Amino acid sequence: MPYRIQPEDFIPDHETEILLHGNRHVGAVVTFVGYVRDSLNKPLDSMTLECYQSMALQQLHMIEQEAKKRWSLIDCLIIHRYGYLQPSARIVLAVSLSSHRADAFNSCQFIMDMVKVSVPVWKKEQHGLNTDWIGTKTSDLEAAQKWKQPGFDFK
Amino acid sequence: MKIIYFAWLRSKIGLAEEVINPPPQIQTVEHLLSWLEQKGPNYQEALKNRTVVKVAVNQKYVGFSHPIQLNDEIALFPPISGG
Repeated sequence: MPYRIQPEDFIPDHETEILLHGNRHVGAVVTFVGYVRDSLNKPLDSMTLECYQSMALQQLHMIEQEAKKRWSLIDCLIIHRYGYLQPSARIVLAVSLSSHRADAFNSCQFIMDMVKVSVPVWKKEQHGLNTDWIGTKTSDLEAAQKWKQPGFDFK
Repeated sequence: MKIIYFAWLRSKIGLAEEVINPPPQIQTVEHLLSWLEQKGPNYQEALKNRTVVKVAVNQKYVGFSHPIQLNDEIALFPPISGG
């Protein structure tokens, strides 16, 4: 399956090697790894990610299919974690494999822009005794707009 | 009709999911939200600001005018923040 939702950690190099499995036509691999980030202004103790799993899998499938339609991809992979995570933990992985770099770069950017605005996952941050639910950032919505096309709506 | 709540909507309402049987005049998502609000102050508080209530019917994003049916799975949640 080229997309997964899981509580477990993943090893990006390991996942990429499985995807490559000696494919002689791969000329470019672009990998994005998203991490839980601490903040100097507002120290973060932990983060809990909640997801609507059945819908999240459908959205990941839609993103993967659309990426393969728009770019010449040999393969791609998206993994999103949920559950309790601490700063520096990996949250998300996107890997694009293609013959040429532009397809891998652009599709990986597309995948992450779409994950941000269309996969039903919610972050709850723990700062000391306070908890904050995080909403969609305007910058993420703006980044997603550039991928809109007639017949393709990410929501 | 199965309703699932996520994130702070779940915390405010105090339920992760419930099975409801609304009257026949409840035909759209908007009707459903207004009907749910009458169930108690917790629902009212969670659903009062419609700009932060997102809806999926059978795992697809929909707008408030979307029609609903008795066998639907309806998810109510705030704006997402994955990635």
